[in-house]
Amino acid sequence: MTGRLAAFWRSFAENRGAVLGLGVMGVLIVLAVLADVLALHSPIEQFRSNFLTPPAWQAGGDWAFPLGTDDVGRDILSRLIHGARLSLVIGFSVVALSLATGTVLGLTAAFAGGVVDVAIMRLMDIVLVFPSLLLAIVIVAILGPGMFNAMLAVAIVTLPGYTRLSRASALSELARDYVTATRAAGASTRRLMFDTVLPNCLAPLIVQASLGFSTAILDAAALGFLGLGAQPPTPEWGTMLAGALQYYQRAWWVLAFPGFAILATVLAFNLFGDGLRDALDPKLKR
Amino acid sequence: MLRYLLRRLALIVPTFVGVTLLSFMLIHLVPGDPIEIRFGEQAVTQEQLDALRHQYGYDQPLWRQFLRYEGEVMRGDLGKSVVTRDTVWSEFVTLFPATIELSVCALLFAVLLGMPMGVVAAVRRGSAFDYGLMGTAVTGASMPIFWWGLMMILVFSVGLGWTPVSGRIGDAFYVEPWSGFMLVDCHFSDDAGACASAWSHLVLPTIVLGTVPLATIARITRSSMLDVLNEDYIRTARAKGLATPRVVVVHALRNALIPVVTVLGLQVGALMGGAILTETIFSWPGIGHWLIDSIQRRDYPVLQGGTLLIAVLVIGVNLGVDVLYGFLNPRIRR
Repeated sequence: MTGRLAAFWRSFAENRGAVLGLGVMGVLIVLAVLADVLALHSPIEQFRSNFLTPPAWQAGGDWAFPLGTDDVGRDILSRLIHGARLSLVIGFSVVALSLATGTVLGLTAAFAGGVVDVAIMRLMDIVLVFPSLLLAIVIVAILGPGMFNAMLAVAIVTLPGYTRLSRASALSELARDYVTATRAAGASTRRLMFDTVLPNCLAPLIVQASLGFSTAILDAAALGFLGLGAQPPTPEWGTMLAGALQYYQRAWWVLAFPGFAILATVLAFNLFGDGLRDALDPKLKR
Repeated sequence: MLRYLLRRLALIVPTFVGVTLLSFMLIHLVPGDPIEIRFGEQAVTQEQLDALRHQYGYDQPLWRQFLRYEGEVMRGDLGKSVVTRDTVWSEFVTLFPATIELSVCALLFAVLLGMPMGVVAAVRRGSAFDYGLMGTAVTGASMPIFWWGLMMILVFSVGLGWTPVSGRIGDAFYVEPWSGFMLVDCHFSDDAGACASAWSHLVLPTIVLGTVPLATIARITRSSMLDVLNEDYIRTARAKGLATPRVVVVHALRNALIPVVTVLGLQVGALMGGAILTETIFSWPGIGHWLIDSIQRRDYPVLQGGTLLIAVLVIGVNLGVDVLYGFLNPRIRR
């Protein structure tokens, strides 16, 4: 096992972008876990004497607020650090929910076949017909705005990817001899699904999940930006950008930093996911 | 070919019914009474409400209401906006050209820039240009375009004053809406200033909406070209002594284009999603802006009808791409 892990790491580390992505992810996780210790201020505390203070290195800046303050005097850096926690929670919850549901649906479709298969896959086709952001917007319009509902909406729109992927890999595994042998030995369908077939379908699902992290963070931030996700004063990065709309033209820092945080996070997960795919799937390697 | 076409058409029917079912449910799922949702909150008595409910069939079982809705949709009746009292269809038709204009420009920007970049990166594989381009492409694909657009406005409109901040044309100009496409209409108005204004309004939104497709197309073109460049017929062409540009453009690119065309078709849905954000940032008077407004005004008939029309559009485009693909590649017709 250690040998395989070492081989995997060698192959993964060849890709410098992927290692960079992993590094950024590490920093984000540290920030998220230690947010309460690392942030200089509370993310929602309003300093009445410091409205729209520029970043510390600019004229009028204050090292008490390294990246400046917003229109009601909240410290941007502290909000970004707490936002990292929210983004990781959003990414993780959305992927976990979508991956678990999608895998169960996909395996069920592959094992049951017939009407059940057709019903599940048609349903996924219907979800895919809508542009994903639009469908997420409609779902939030039904459920009402808020971070939890936004997460649920993004989980629903990303469901078809996992369902199709797990169904396709399960179907190709089902034709193999080891599955027939296990079935002949009298294993129950549930055991076949989760203990025999699923472990052999994991590689593409892991890759999809790591790339799904970035989709989840990006879409949730877009919903926040449109006023449909996390609500103020929650320091979610997209919501922070929405709040900056009124005055960003005279205070560039309220716009630049939260957006850059989104970009850096999404990019890190994408680089990591690409590297993971290359390392896990030798067929795609060049 | 005919059988392939018929089978593709038959597959659309359940998808269409599912999409209408979803859009039918929207009105029943959003909080509030369907009558109030449909006609706005007006001071009506309970009797009037009951009469309306009966008149529009809301007192009937859901499955009959759905059949009725399906009939209305088939006749092109998507209801009326609660706010403007115009039909959803007429509003859609008025605003849609603005979205098409922006999307076509963004797609052209992405294709005209992304394809050559992908080809050069593949030919010079491993070079600094290749690494630089692929790094830029993955960054572009990760871009939160709502932030990207605002940063562009901050730098190019507010800072440098090169481009306008929002809208389709300057306030000083009036162009008779003839086709709905500003770039077409301004040419018929014989007003050079109006045309310059329309073009300058289009630059930033085009770049913003085109960024993600540009990154996708550059990456796909590169990997598709790399596959093709390893093929035997390319080696043959080189062995014949043909010049590299000829081999790349005539022999390789033509074959590398098939996956690129498929991805282009898939971009339509992504473009509509991107248009929602781009149009919101630039106050571009198109479908995306209209839908976000409809949520803020609780104009649910607009949200319902607009979503349905976009879904139908995507179904149509997917069908078109499938047919085109079956035409280009006889192997998948079966």
